Amino acid sequence: MADFFHQNLSYFLSGISVGGQYALIAIGYTMVYGILRLINFAHGDVFMCAGLMMVYLSSSLPFTISIPLVLILTVAIGFVIERVAYKPLRSAPRMSVMISAIGVSYLLQNAALYFTGGLAKVYPEIPVLSRSIVIWDATTRVVTLVTPFLTIILVVLLSMLIKHTKVGMAMCAVSRDFETSQLMGIRINRVISMTFMLGSLLAAVASLLYFTNYASVTPTSGSMPGLKAFVAAVFGGIGSIPGAVIGAFIIGICENIIKGGASIFGIPGSGWTTFSDAFTFAFLIVVLIVKPTGLFGEKSVDKV
Amino acid sequence: MFEIKGLSVNYGGIEAVRDISLSVPEGAIVTLIGANGAGKSTTLRTIAGLVKPRAGKIEFMGEDITGKDPAYIVGKGITLVPEGRRIFPDLTVLENLKIGAYLRQDSIEEDIEWVYSLFPRLRERSWQYGGTLSGGEQQMLAVGRALMSKPKLMMMDEPSLGLAPLVVKDIFSIIEKINKEGVTILLIEQNANMALKIADIGYVMETGQITLSGKGSDLISDEGVRKAYLGG
Repeated sequence: MADFFHQNLSYFLSGISVGGQYALIAIGYTMVYGILRLINFAHGDVFMCAGLMMVYLSSSLPFTISIPLVLILTVAIGFVIERVAYKPLRSAPRMSVMISAIGVSYLLQNAALYFTGGLAKVYPEIPVLSRSIVIWDATTRVVTLVTPFLTIILVVLLSMLIKHTKVGMAMCAVSRDFETSQLMGIRINRVISMTFMLGSLLAAVASLLYFTNYASVTPTSGSMPGLKAFVAAVFGGIGSIPGAVIGAFIIGICENIIKGGASIFGIPGSGWTTFSDAFTFAFLIVVLIVKPTGLFGEKSVDKV
Repeated sequence: MFEIKGLSVNYGGIEAVRDISLSVPEGAIVTLIGANGAGKSTTLRTIAGLVKPRAGKIEFMGEDITGKDPAYIVGKGITLVPEGRRIFPDLTVLENLKIGAYLRQDSIEEDIEWVYSLFPRLRERSWQYGGTLSGGEQQMLAVGRALMSKPKLMMMDEPSLGLAPLVVKDIFSIIEKINKEGVTILLIEQNANMALKIADIGYVMETGQITLSGKGSDLISDEGVRKAYLGG
């Protein structure tokens, strides 16, 4: 058994790491859904934009400035998207807002295409994160080890924010009932903006970790991780933050176990990697059929 | 203290409230009675800032508050206990009370104590989720939550809705008690009998207009009111 782990350690490690990155993105989906009942299709592209901004900014600025700047700018993008594309549709049918979200997604992708000329941009090597290390004979990068810890720290901070601050309480209230929240004196637009900003911040952190591993950014780099994080959020029960985190880790780990199929299951074949994405989406279909509300999906306790 | 002049509100494509005027003196209990769909709820929702009026003026303590947003109006000291209580089911009783004081910066401990002394049942259930309370307890919580904003004027939308007669009696005696402690009350009710009994002033609303007004005790003996709302 120990031998088995030893041999396949690198798959497990990258599974946990990718899982953490998906988790950070998935929180953005799940929080926005929790409040607006909107699947923010542009979220994966916000993540991509954070990656691209890092490419451009780090070429002329030191990391100590470019990294905080990327975080701030990504938060600003999240804020602006909500104000421009979603807020005017607050009382429109949900479908209109969703279409607006799809529009924003393509807008961001095409803006990125325009700026990059469609070429893959090489992601900068962030000094500490990209260093290679060897753990128990498995070669990996520091980022692989840092990701799960950083993810958990951020999730704990986020839950503390939600549980113990006024803004957090307002978020819970708004996610339940817009109108009654307003009667309490809560300015719902501020709370909604705050939600988008938090989600974008976490997506920006995820982009730092994710692209350090993948080394290049293209205009469509956000779609796949975005979709997988979305699947993770659905699996965990969309609207639930712990659900999204657990779902993301499970998907990240499963995906990498499949990638390592040949050696892990002892079944030879070179096509395993190709199926790792297919697995995620097949999994989504199974979840939707078997348990549409996900692991921690909303259970209603309303009483009239 | 509080005054509505010529208020008209369109709601859901129809003119739900047509040119109504009413006034609420400080320290009074004022009730607005009328059948379902008469425009009572729309009136309260407009005062609270949830709905924007088409015409007219709403004045509170000499200030024009027409069309202001709900947070501003709550900050001024007007609160609404909404129809159907609308407590937050996945917050605890205590959290529900705290969120009622959302805009306040000062210490709220004393007022939590005050609400608990008005409703001892809530103290017992302090750590329970709002959604697990009975209908009557939820109504108490909704009133307590509204009181946490330290209102000068508390508006109540059908507090007796769906409650057992005994519980309704409790709620009404609490309303009187709160009023004696200095909170002005504007109450709308289908249970006209109960409402008129405790009200200083009553208004009767029909299809968006105020058709009758007077002292609570006068309305209760009015022939037309008896026929229409008090079951003969």
